[in-house]
Amino acid sequence: MSTVILFVALPIGMAFLIPMVSRKLKWFPDVSGNITTFILLLLSLKMIGNYGNYYVGGWKPPYGIVLVFDELACFFLIVVNLIAFISTLYAIEYLEKLFTSKLRYYSLFLLMVGGMNGIILTGDFFNLFVFLEISVIAAYALVGFGCQSRELEAAFKYLVIGTVSSLFILFGIGLLYGKFGTLNMADIARFINKTGFDEAVKFAFVLLLVGFLIKSAAIPFHSWLPDAHPSAPTPMSAMLSGVVVKACGIYGLIRITYNIFGFNEFIGNLFIFIGILSMMIGVLLAVTQWDYKRLLAYHTISQVGYIIIGIGIGTPLGILGGLFHLLNHSVFKSLLFLTSGSIEYSTGTRDLQKMGNLVKKMPVTSFASLVGALSISGIPPFNGFWSKLIIILAAIKAGKPAVALWAVIGSILTLASFSKVQKYAFFGKGEKFDEEIYNKCKEVPHLMKMSMVILSILCIFGGLVVINGTECILKPVIKVVSDGVLPYINKILGS
Amino acid sequence: MIYYLVFIVFLIGLYGVCCKKNIIKIILGLSIMEYAVNLFLILLGYRKNGIPPILEKGMSVNEFAQRAVDPLPQALVLTSIVIGLGTLALMVAIAIRIYQRYGTFDITEIKKLKG
Repeated sequence: MSTVILFVALPIGMAFLIPMVSRKLKWFPDVSGNITTFILLLLSLKMIGNYGNYYVGGWKPPYGIVLVFDELACFFLIVVNLIAFISTLYAIEYLEKLFTSKLRYYSLFLLMVGGMNGIILTGDFFNLFVFLEISVIAAYALVGFGCQSRELEAAFKYLVIGTVSSLFILFGIGLLYGKFGTLNMADIARFINKTGFDEAVKFAFVLLLVGFLIKSAAIPFHSWLPDAHPSAPTPMSAMLSGVVVKACGIYGLIRITYNIFGFNEFIGNLFIFIGILSMMIGVLLAVTQWDYKRLLAYHTISQVGYIIIGIGIGTPLGILGGLFHLLNHSVFKSLLFLTSGSIEYSTGTRDLQKMGNLVKKMPVTSFASLVGALSISGIPPFNGFWSKLIIILAAIKAGKPAVALWAVIGSILTLASFSKVQKYAFFGKGEKFDEEIYNKCKEVPHLMKMSMVILSILCIFGGLVVINGTECILKPVIKVVSDGVLPYINKILGS
Repeated sequence: MIYYLVFIVFLIGLYGVCCKKNIIKIILGLSIMEYAVNLFLILLGYRKNGIPPILEKGMSVNEFAQRAVDPLPQALVLTSIVIGLGTLALMVAIAIRIYQRYGTFDITEIKKLKG
């Protein structure tokens, strides 16, 4: 079980090793960054089925810090480390041309991955806060990595809103500690289960909920996302939209509502309301965008809405849809961000009106982008279709046909928005088409192509594999969530 | 009663973040919020006439449990202050860079990103 600690120790250790070593060795950041994320991916795949708790320093809970490696944590770890590996693979050649300081990039990147793995594994509230801050501080710095005026503006906005949300979370944790005198999540869940919701617990729950909703950029709290995600270097944008929003936001929401405070009808309806709001407003704002990366960022808000709806429905089928969509979204949104980065790499612009006919110059990129667009708009054999279908079915079965209708409308608008992207960028040209850009652009280097192709394959076949193997792949994960509070307590504290 | 004061300090910080237009004042607002939360955590462990949580020779465990302060919030606050310092340093660094790029601290004039 002690290998679990490697998920946190390895990336954070490497993050500090890279700046020390690589002043002499120029190749070191690329190689070590990729090897680290690859080892983490293999480790998370190898640990499937090997569930248990790890007591840091040998102290038993509720006194010591416990790392909880259960099915849900394993699922999230696979998502995080998969996208982290693809993103570092892509970064090798991308950073070569556009950014100078690879050493700082990889150092901050690994710090962020380590922080997110920590968030997912930890079973202690204050430890959760510390890991959250490790990963988001690295993310703030990476958003402003280019140090141009727009990037700095976005980073400052993200920093202010993110810090406020972190302080809400810390305040909530402080209230829970003052009430129960313990920081262990399972112990707090046990107390809440015994005493029920009183005023202080309700207040703490609301603070935590708002903090995590800001981190997951659901609609009333979304304003930082469309600035921050496009401003980061592209591999980092893929990571932010694909993973950070989920590991820092959605994961926290799932854990606190289902495993600690306990799910009820009111919270479910609140989630569905916020989800529909995010889904519709996000996609409506996306349709009007001309900046490719900004358009994708608005779609992140909209797709996070789907995930929150799935979680809010609360039946096992709904949770299945939510988590499956989470996995799919991290794959296809990272793919789309990587294609946007490839276009920026070879044409130097992100404005959709200036591009055109790129399918002739960049066949691999345009194929990858087509796959991503079909997945995100839910066209049958691609993975986005299956998860949206499950969410819609779950909504109908739970007696909420209006939710299903909204989900369908959102999906159609997504399709409209992406057909615009395909028309202007790849298969046609707009009025402001720039001949000069078109003539000088060429296909991106091999490693960038390879990372896009891997994600495309996952988009095409991943959905089919998971939907046929739901029984053994996603069922155990759903069980951890839908079983609720008591099994979680028993797993950590013993019955 | 004192907890209400802490909450009022927290809200003053939030007001600063939401309503002020100068970047430096926003940073100060965030710092005030952070101090409010730290103060809250410290107050949770406060005990009048408390003794340090060290079990000395000749002291019974019961007496110790009645008089010693709770050491955990202090450890938490130390960690949270260090994290706050990291955030503050990053914020100030970005503010300096923004001033170099835009020549102003006024957020109403820093608006290249929109849509």
